[in-house]
Amino acid sequence: MAITKEEINAANAEALKIILSAKPTLIGMGTAGEDIPGMTPTTILHSGPPVDWEHMSGPQKGAVIGALMYEGLAKDDKEAENLAASGKITFDPCHHHAAVGPMAGIVSYHMPVFIVENKEYGNKAYCTFNEGLGKVLRFGAYQPEVIDRLKWLEKELYPIVKEALAITGDIDLKAMISEVLQMGDDGHNRNKAGTSLLFRKLAPAIVQTHFTEEQKVKALKFIDSNDHFFLNLTMPAAKCTMDATFCDVNPKTKGSTIVATMARNGYEFGIRVAGLGQKKWFTGPAEIVEGLYFPGFTAEDANPDVGDSCITETCGIGGFCMGAAPAIVQFVGGTPEDALNYSRQMYEITEGEGTTYKIPALNFRGSATGIDIRKVIKTQIRPVINTGVAAKKPGVGQVGAGIVHPPMKCFEDALKDFKETYMG
Amino acid sequence: MENKVNTLFTKKIQIVNFGIKSFYDDNKKQGVPSVHVDWKPVAGGNKELASILDDLL
Amino acid sequence: MVKAQITPGAYYDSVSLMIISNAVKKIPGVTEALVGMGTDLNRELNRNNPNLNSPEVEKTTPNDFFVAANVSDEKVWEEVLAKVDEKLNEKKEDAASNYYPATLEGALKVQPNTNMAVISVPGKGGHAYNVAKDCLKHYINVMLFSDNVTIEEEYELKSEAVKRGLLVMGPDCGTAIVNHVPLAFANVVRPGDIGMVCASGTGTQEVSSIIDSLGGGVSQVLGTGGRDLKKDIGGIMFKHALEALIADKETKVIVLVSKPPYPPVQTEVLKMAKAGGKPTVVCFIGGDPKEVESMGLVPAVSLEDAARKAVALSKGEQPHTFDGFDMSPAEIDALVNEATKNLKSTQKYMRALYTGGTLCDESMKYLLPTCKRIYSNIPLQDNDKLENKDVSFEHTALDFGDDEFTVGRPHPMIDPSLRAERVLKEAKDDTCAVILVDCVIGYGSHEDPAADLSDAIKKGKKEALDAGRDVIVVASVCGTEGDPQGLSKTRETLKNAGAIVMPTNAQACRLVKKIIEKVA
Repeated sequence: MAITKEEINAANAEALKIILSAKPTLIGMGTAGEDIPGMTPTTILHSGPPVDWEHMSGPQKGAVIGALMYEGLAKDDKEAENLAASGKITFDPCHHHAAVGPMAGIVSYHMPVFIVENKEYGNKAYCTFNEGLGKVLRFGAYQPEVIDRLKWLEKELYPIVKEALAITGDIDLKAMISEVLQMGDDGHNRNKAGTSLLFRKLAPAIVQTHFTEEQKVKALKFIDSNDHFFLNLTMPAAKCTMDATFCDVNPKTKGSTIVATMARNGYEFGIRVAGLGQKKWFTGPAEIVEGLYFPGFTAEDANPDVGDSCITETCGIGGFCMGAAPAIVQFVGGTPEDALNYSRQMYEITEGEGTTYKIPALNFRGSATGIDIRKVIKTQIRPVINTGVAAKKPGVGQVGAGIVHPPMKCFEDALKDFKETYMG
Repeated sequence: MENKVNTLFTKKIQIVNFGIKSFYDDNKKQGVPSVHVDWKPVAGGNKELASILDDLL
Repeated sequence: MVKAQITPGAYYDSVSLMIISNAVKKIPGVTEALVGMGTDLNRELNRNNPNLNSPEVEKTTPNDFFVAANVSDEKVWEEVLAKVDEKLNEKKEDAASNYYPATLEGALKVQPNTNMAVISVPGKGGHAYNVAKDCLKHYINVMLFSDNVTIEEEYELKSEAVKRGLLVMGPDCGTAIVNHVPLAFANVVRPGDIGMVCASGTGTQEVSSIIDSLGGGVSQVLGTGGRDLKKDIGGIMFKHALEALIADKETKVIVLVSKPPYPPVQTEVLKMAKAGGKPTVVCFIGGDPKEVESMGLVPAVSLEDAARKAVALSKGEQPHTFDGFDMSPAEIDALVNEATKNLKSTQKYMRALYTGGTLCDESMKYLLPTCKRIYSNIPLQDNDKLENKDVSFEHTALDFGDDEFTVGRPHPMIDPSLRAERVLKEAKDDTCAVILVDCVIGYGSHEDPAADLSDAIKKGKKEALDAGRDVIVVASVCGTEGDPQGLSKTRETLKNAGAIVMPTNAQACRLVKKIIEKVA
């Protein structure tokens, strides 16, 4: 029996309800090996849709090399490269393991991870610490200082934050994200307000932990100095929100055309659709970010769009809330009015509007939420994503910021598959 | 016999404009409430996709 | 050479500074530039860049603003500093860029009480139909300017509209004034008690504009599109609109404008008007007045006559047929003599070049008995189809708004350049005695349609004179004093270019008739 429009609409309404009723909550920290389902000591998770070693982009390859060295599986980059190419390493998207990772998105066995639970639906999501800017693993750097920092994150920061979180108890991320949208953040590429709010929450608890003053000061300074620290919490918050919408998790969304995942690996952009299940990715070539390049860099230096961070847009923040973060639009040479127009445009392709994530300058209108592939195809308006730009050369770091869109092909393929699946 | 068009005669005209933008600009110049739609053919004119949308949307 | 300027205690945000850095780098003679605050990151960028590595920048603190650049000479450095200054002090234009939603649904979120859609998207491929249907679904009245909407689509839209008590004005409907709001191509006509239902575009503009110039005013002007009174549509919308005007308390006098309808439809419409009991002027251009008279309604012999009669009725006066001139017969004769005195014997023909379709139609119907044959892209007689629209033959009349001329370009009322070029071309033809033109102003039209036209007239007349002859240009302006372009101003422009400007299209035609008779 072919599905009816009414049934699709009902499934989409259900998906939106699931998104809006989610309760993403930071419940603590753990490690990838112990907490992320399906991890093995030789598993490397990466951002975006599935990709093999051969097709990985520069920053992702660099980050894999770094991770293998960090795990002690290889002693230098040569050995790491050989190992990566040998087939002995299991590469899998973070998204297949309830995890998300910014940029290269590399997660390996010993890395500490935040554990975020969707208290309404009971599913969890995981994300590593944000390492800061410059020479960091997520941009493909693997110099000794990078590995040293990863070790410090694991050996020192992780136990401190873990103990601090036991003191603070659960942190309601949904409430926190809704606040940062009123403080000039978009929930993706501007995280100053979010990091500040989190810092206020963590600092008194960190001070109460049993570690030495020097260790605590170093931990606090690290969090304070990294504007994007909070990104690694908005991402899993969005992830566990969206994961609950898949029809193979919740049969009520069978027939839904709402996008449940958007992610890119620097090679391809991929989307998954709630009503088509977690197994199906629809991909197209990742695009180059349009925006402002840092001094000394041009679009020539840019890697194609990479990272799982656009899970934020998938759940209605990030670019969809650009109107809440006018500072961001300067990256593309726009005005605050343009920022509002980006947000306004997104209402054309979504099922509904947020009830918690709101845009002050649009009279506190809820942000556009629940991307409907049908509407994307109909209007030819693609979701807008605020993002940083990684250098294509591993280890150089961030070279700019701006906006980017998924290729239309993802939505076209998804729509055709939807028809195959539901109309026979 | 009065018909519903007569109700329109008692209302303030509020316009939505599809197509030639100068019509919208002229409305704006006269202070007539107007919205211009940045209209594009459904699915950008792709017939296959448009026909799928006929069934699904 | 590397230059640097440090300004302590000045703060600018990093994004602005990046934008400025990029702008500075584009100055010729600048190989590298860095504009920023003296942060660790920026000092590192300076240090690590072999083209910069300025020692001054190395010494800055995060509270210092610096400009550093590798420039070819001092002059370029000055340019750099000037550019930085300019950029820092640049007042961002308040774009206040309007938001244009992509769909009707999006538009309704911005303006939930929308009650009228003006649609001018392509009719081919069902686009206009789809948009119109969507609007009707949301109880929004439709003015459909688009052409190439099929008869079937039109019938379906109009049937649906009547069911829902809505208007579908069009397709190919260029003009309407609803609740005193001019839609698409329409003039600023004073409010009054004359209601109009019209199946013609510029015909409607002509009647409503003349009503205005005679001191009358309109309540509603409702268009139906040219096909409404034909057999296939059966006058669905014409009758729906007429019914509303009959019931409308603001409307005391009704004017109906159309080409002659399909006879049974005409009878239905006239019966409805009669039953409505309001004084009704009927202008079925070129039609037989007998049935109109038999119903006790008032037939009009021209668009101008319709306006005059409507205004008379509106003032409670007896309507009289007007088929002459505002000027006296003696003045007209003198005008014709003066105009024709420098024509050569080869100059025998009329060339009517119109931007308004109904005006063109009115001219052809009026002049056909005199001309016998008028070649055209919209001929009245089947045999008189112009072989090549770009080459006139003997008496020729062209509607530049017809499909053949509008492929790939805007309507001539929006872009009158093609018609202006043709004026010049006809002026060069030594068989052409008189060029007859319209000039339609008002909203929707070009912001100054007389400009192009008057240039062409001036140039054309001069070239004719240089060739030892003359060419007469007779023009009429369709519009009102209230229009943005202004009626008097537009007439003045054309007069100054050497055109004989007549008060109405009908009078312009009558003058051309006299000229043709004189040169024949």
